[in-house]
Amino acid sequence: MWQYTLKRLLQGVITVWFIATATFLAMHNVPGDPLSGGRAISPEIRANLEARYGLDKPLSQQYVQYLGNLLRGDFGISFTQQNRQVNDIIREHFPVSATLGILAVLFAALGGVLWGALTALYRNRLPDTIIMFLVILGISVPSFVFAALGQLALVNLNALIGVSLLPVAGWGGVSHMILPALVLGMGTMAYLTRLMRSSMLEIQHSDYLRTARAKGLPPARIFTRHQLRNAILPVITVLGPAIAAITTGGFVVELVFAIPGLGRYFVQAVQQLDYTVIMGTTVFYGAFLVFMVIVVDLLYGWIDPRVRLQ
Amino acid sequence: MNQHDLPQGLSAEDFQPLTGRDPVQGIHRPSRSYWQDAWARLRRNRRALLSLWIIVALLAFALIGPALWRVDPARQDIDQISQGPLADRTATVVAPYSAWNGRAAAGFESGSGLRLAQDGTSQAVRLLWDAVPGAGALRLYRNIFAVEADMAFGLPIAEFATGAAGFYEDRLDLRPGTYYYSLVALNEDRSLSDRHEVLPVEVTRVITLDEVRARALVPDATVLAEGDEVKLALHPLGTDYLGRDMLARLMAGAQVSLFIGIVAPVLYVLLGVLYGSTAGFLGGRVDQGMMRFADFVVALPFLLFMILFQVVFGIGPGESGIAPMLAALVLLAWPATARLVRGQILQIRHQAWISASRLLGAPDWYLVLRHMIPNTLGVILVTLTFAVPSAIFTEAFLSFIGMGVAPPTASWGSMSNEGLATMLTHPHELIFPALFISVTVLAFNLLGDGLRDALDARMRSLE
Repeated sequence: MWQYTLKRLLQGVITVWFIATATFLAMHNVPGDPLSGGRAISPEIRANLEARYGLDKPLSQQYVQYLGNLLRGDFGISFTQQNRQVNDIIREHFPVSATLGILAVLFAALGGVLWGALTALYRNRLPDTIIMFLVILGISVPSFVFAALGQLALVNLNALIGVSLLPVAGWGGVSHMILPALVLGMGTMAYLTRLMRSSMLEIQHSDYLRTARAKGLPPARIFTRHQLRNAILPVITVLGPAIAAITTGGFVVELVFAIPGLGRYFVQAVQQLDYTVIMGTTVFYGAFLVFMVIVVDLLYGWIDPRVRLQ
Repeated sequence: MNQHDLPQGLSAEDFQPLTGRDPVQGIHRPSRSYWQDAWARLRRNRRALLSLWIIVALLAFALIGPALWRVDPARQDIDQISQGPLADRTATVVAPYSAWNGRAAAGFESGSGLRLAQDGTSQAVRLLWDAVPGAGALRLYRNIFAVEADMAFGLPIAEFATGAAGFYEDRLDLRPGTYYYSLVALNEDRSLSDRHEVLPVEVTRVITLDEVRARALVPDATVLAEGDEVKLALHPLGTDYLGRDMLARLMAGAQVSLFIGIVAPVLYVLLGVLYGSTAGFLGGRVDQGMMRFADFVVALPFLLFMILFQVVFGIGPGESGIAPMLAALVLLAWPATARLVRGQILQIRHQAWISASRLLGAPDWYLVLRHMIPNTLGVILVTLTFAVPSAIFTEAFLSFIGMGVAPPTASWGSMSNEGLATMLTHPHELIFPALFISVTVLAFNLLGDGLRDALDARMRSLE
């Protein structure tokens, strides 16, 4: 297990290095001039600016410096907001995105397992048909449509009741998080429901279930102890990619709901061509996602002994 | 031999030796190829077949639609901005605008408080009011929603230094519908007092003769007189916030979205097939190295790098931004197919019929092209079908956050983004493109499910 963990971590570090290098090369090929911002500047000013950002050095030296800074966890200074460090921006905005993301993942995982188990129990009956129809809708409707429709529904609901049930946009208390987290987790929940359902159906004819039934265990106990626990395993494996999907899906949801998260900040930085912020957040998100996948894989090995033995 | 000697019912022909290979006995059914078999299975799947028809209809909408509905998707109709589908499009012909002296028109002389000086039209809303005693100043507001207790007055459009009787002519971007004008008395310190008066005004659409002529709305404008009604240009699905025809834009958007959604997956699945089959066929060190590289590309956070590549490729002035998006999709999305195809090729590589073909002297390229790839074609086709919705999603996502196609190019994603701003007042601008995205993705997903069931028994889903 330790060897496996170490191997995965090493792979993760190499992947993050690859992401950092790809980001560095990509950003150095961006057309246009990051310094002038459309204005004509004199050669002296240009030289000063280049020295400040280290752009006067050869590319290889810049690369080494960039990697050195990354190792020390220093992402540099924002191009458009000169008094802000990228680290500060991440420190300030990432917790918001993370809170939203954790809520969305929780909602998606719990909902997925619950609905999936329910559809498998009521296979080919009315609840199954209804939920599976909703699942197909959930997979086919883009998150920004959910976000917009959710907002629209909430506006009308608030107007109908006469009191503000939930805030329509913004960030603050728990009440602000509910609708965005629901919207953000919707697609993943639909996907997990589908997975959970087929996983439940797959083990329905397994030997250990037959044994449990033959022993005369009560059906409720078979369902919770034997069927549900084993069916959840495949759901855990896809949690890693699901976290990635929810993180990037957050860009849109944060934009629509005006939530001051890192995703919205990243989109704004891209629109303003804020090079250091783009590079910093890409590497940060990349590293975050890579290690989330590793954590989920290790968790899986811890939960399912069969994986550990392989 | 003589005819009389034969038993009854038999003739001399029955004793002729058989020449051809006519099967004498046996249970027959026409032999069916793998693809015929798959098609038969697909045809039994109602949902998949319906999806196939929807996809055909969508393609027709994108390709044949613009030939039938010849409206320029970029042309603005400034008479009809943000009009809903099937909205009333009559306009009354009126005289050209002339300046107003603040006097009420015939029939509007009586009345008190805030009142109209003539019927509200899209040309002008002319308001009159009596002196408000005790008011230091007055401010006039306009709202498109009814002003009730605790509700905002809306847009402040004019302010007057005294509380005396006065008049005001509103010509600011008037559209047919109801406007709520509020005249609010201000205190000495310019803060709002609680005295106000609200006047709902019904604005009707009017048009001058010159405008009728300029827009060629009727064949012969000379027969028109003031007070006649003309029909404005038809927009079956309404117009967007710039007065562009929604139907034409949806068709143009369908071309862009479906082009990216279909061409990008075809390109990257092809690239993946080439890469994967090369790796799988060569095997050994080369295979290891190639697949390690693919693993790294898989590890790149997809949407982040899509955005990054969009920045790197850049969209020049006058470009649509379709090419950068295709390039970015192809660069990032190929490894999944490559892995899949490599796995399939590794399975097939040691099959007996491959060895047989090799024994017969088949060169490597022949083995790959004739035997290996055709045998993975089913899997590739299923991958391709599932790749289409994800490509359409990606395009919509990027266009929605403003990193996709550049305006004025329409795509369903960029249309949804534009529609979001006017969602509360004109929901059709968001709902139509969103509906198209959802239906397309749904159709391709269901078709993919059906194809998977039809083509590959091993991948068949548990339904």
